[in-house]
Amino acid sequence: MMAANLPVQRPPKAKLLCVDRDGNFVQVARSKFIDFADHGDLLVANDAATMPASLFGKHVPSGRAVEVRLAGRRSLAATAVNHFSAVIFGAGDFRVRTEDRPSAPSMEPGQELLLGPLRATVEAVLGHPRLVRLAFDGSPDQIWSGLARHGRPIQYSHVQTPLEMWDVWTPIAGPPVAFEPPSAGFALSWRMLATMRERGVHFATITHAAGLSSTGDPELDSRLPFDEPYRIPHSTVKAIRNTQSLGGRIIAIGTTVVRALEHAAGIDGFIRAGEGLATQRIGETTTLRVIDAILTGTHEPGTSHYDLLRAFIDGATLHQLDLELASHNYRTHEFGDSVFIEKQAEDDDVMMGSRLVKSPDIGLSVAGRRLLPL
Amino acid sequence: MKNSKNPSPNSFVGLRAAITGGTSGLGLALLREFLGRGARVAFVARTRDVVERVVGEHPGSHGIAGNVSKKEDIHPIALQITGALEGLDVLINNASDLGPVPLQLLADTECEDLERALSTNLVGPFRLTKALLGALAASAREGPGAVVLNISSDAAINPYPCWGAYGASKAALHHLSRIWNEELRAEGIHFLSFDPGDMDTPLHALAVPDADRSLLKRPETAAVELADEIERTLAQREQAAHS
Repeated sequence: MMAANLPVQRPPKAKLLCVDRDGNFVQVARSKFIDFADHGDLLVANDAATMPASLFGKHVPSGRAVEVRLAGRRSLAATAVNHFSAVIFGAGDFRVRTEDRPSAPSMEPGQELLLGPLRATVEAVLGHPRLVRLAFDGSPDQIWSGLARHGRPIQYSHVQTPLEMWDVWTPIAGPPVAFEPPSAGFALSWRMLATMRERGVHFATITHAAGLSSTGDPELDSRLPFDEPYRIPHSTVKAIRNTQSLGGRIIAIGTTVVRALEHAAGIDGFIRAGEGLATQRIGETTTLRVIDAILTGTHEPGTSHYDLLRAFIDGATLHQLDLELASHNYRTHEFGDSVFIEKQAEDDDVMMGSRLVKSPDIGLSVAGRRLLPL
Repeated sequence: MKNSKNPSPNSFVGLRAAITGGTSGLGLALLREFLGRGARVAFVARTRDVVERVVGEHPGSHGIAGNVSKKEDIHPIALQITGALEGLDVLINNASDLGPVPLQLLADTECEDLERALSTNLVGPFRLTKALLGALAASAREGPGAVVLNISSDAAINPYPCWGAYGASKAALHHLSRIWNEELRAEGIHFLSFDPGDMDTPLHALAVPDADRSLLKRPETAAVELADEIERTLAQREQAAHS
C-alpha cells in the first residue's frame, strides 16, 4: 500500500473497503460510511485530542540533543501529568525515517532532560534502553503550559509537511490525552453525526489515551500497544446497554475503542462507567464481547493494529483483505483510506443471513442499499 | 441547578468554564462570579505576567497565556483548557478588540485595525469554539448541556458612527452565534449572544475616555446577569431532558 502523505483528514476520494460478516467484500467512497449503520446501531468513537507529545531538548549529562516522545501514563486525571513513560530518540527530525535516526544517549535513573520550558528527570529505564519513565517538575498547569508551548505533535516521515495540532485533532477531539491521533475518527464530520441522528443511528464516545503506533525499534514495537488508560462515560454505558437490549450493533470507530470497551467488559462481560487501564492485546484468540464491527485504517501486517483485526475475521479473510487493498491502491497510515469490518459470523449463526447480499444484477448491496461493485 | 434570580453560591459546583479576556473588565468579573458559584474556571489572556498575577489572586483558577486572535495559539489554548478541566461545559468568548483607538470613522479606519478586530472578535471565537466542540458535545451527552456564550454589543445592532470595526465584527459574531445555535442545538450545545451593556471597563475607557463612569454599569453586575442567563439555559435543558 502507498502511504498517505498529505495531512487531509477527509479527502474527497477516500475509499472504504467493507467486509461483511460472511466475508463478502465491497468498496465504497468513505463518505458513504454511514450507509453501513442501521437504525438502532450505536457508533462509539474515541474523543481523545492528541497532545503535542514530541518534545525536543537536551540530555543534560551528555549534552546531546534528544527527542522525547511521551508514550503513556497511568491515569487520565488532569493532575496526573507529572509522570509519563516516554521513548527517547537521538538528534534529527521527522524527515529522517525513525529507523535511520542516530541513537539516543544512554539513559540512567536520576539524569535530567531539559525540554524547552520543561525539566524532567529519568526515574527508571523500563526494560529497554530507550524506554524510560520521566518525572516532570512543576504543577500540572505549568506542565500543560510547557507542553502547549514547546510540544509538537509526533511527526511522520511519510507525511510531507510538519503536522500541526489542528492536523491531528479529530473533529470530535476533547480531552488531550492521546499520544498519537485516534485517526479512525478523522472520517467523522458534524454533518455525518447529524445524518446519523436523522436515521436513528446513535453516537457515543469514550476517551482513550491512544499510544504510539511505531518507535522504529523492532523490540520496542513488539511491546506495542503499551498500557493505555481510558474513561467510559455513564451516557456511553447506557447507550451500549440500550443498543444491545434492542438488538442493535456496537460499531467501533478505531482500534482504541475496541481495546477500551473489550477491556472494560473483560471482567464479567458487563461494562461499567469510569476509568480503566487497558493492558491486553487483541488478536486471533480474543473473543469480542461488545464490538460487532469496526471502522479503522488500512493496517500493515506485523502491526498490533493489524493483529487486532484477527479478532474480527479469520486468517483467510484477512489475507483476502490485504489482496484487495493492494490491488485497488488503497493508501495506508493516519491520513489514508479505511476498512469497515463486521465480526465474522460464527458457524452456528450463519442462518442469521448476510448483511452484504450478492445480487447478480447490481453487484453488491448493503442491507438492501445499492453499492458500487468492486 | 436552580432557576432563580438569587442563585445559591454553589449553583455552579462541578461546572467547567473557560473565559477569554479574563484578566480585566467583564472577563475578570466573570472569573470571580463563576469561582464564587463553585465552578472550575480556566481563563485566557495575552500577557503571561498578568495571567500569573490573577491566578495568584484567585486560587484554584487556571490561567492560560494566549492570544485568541492568533491561529497558532488556539489549539495550545484549547489543550490547556481541556487539560486542566478534563473537559468543558461553558465557553465564554469575551476577549474583544475595539479596532482603531481612538475610534475612527470607517473611512479613516486602517484595514489592519479592521482585520485585528475581526481576528479577535469573530475569527478567534470561531476557531476556539471549533477546537472545543468535541469537549462541549461530550459534556452535552453526559450532562445537562453545554453553553457557548459570545459577548455581543448594541453596536452589533445599531450603526453607531466611529464604531465600524467593532460594530461590524460584533454583528458578525452575533449572527455566527445564531447559526451555530441552529446547527448544534441537536447536539445539546446552546449558543447565547449576550449584550452586557455599557460597562465601566478598560475597553470602554479606550472608546470613550471622557465618559462619566458613574453612569456606567459595573462589570460585576453584568457578570451576575450573564451567569444567571447560563444557569437558566442549563436548567431549561435539564428540565427538557427530564420531561
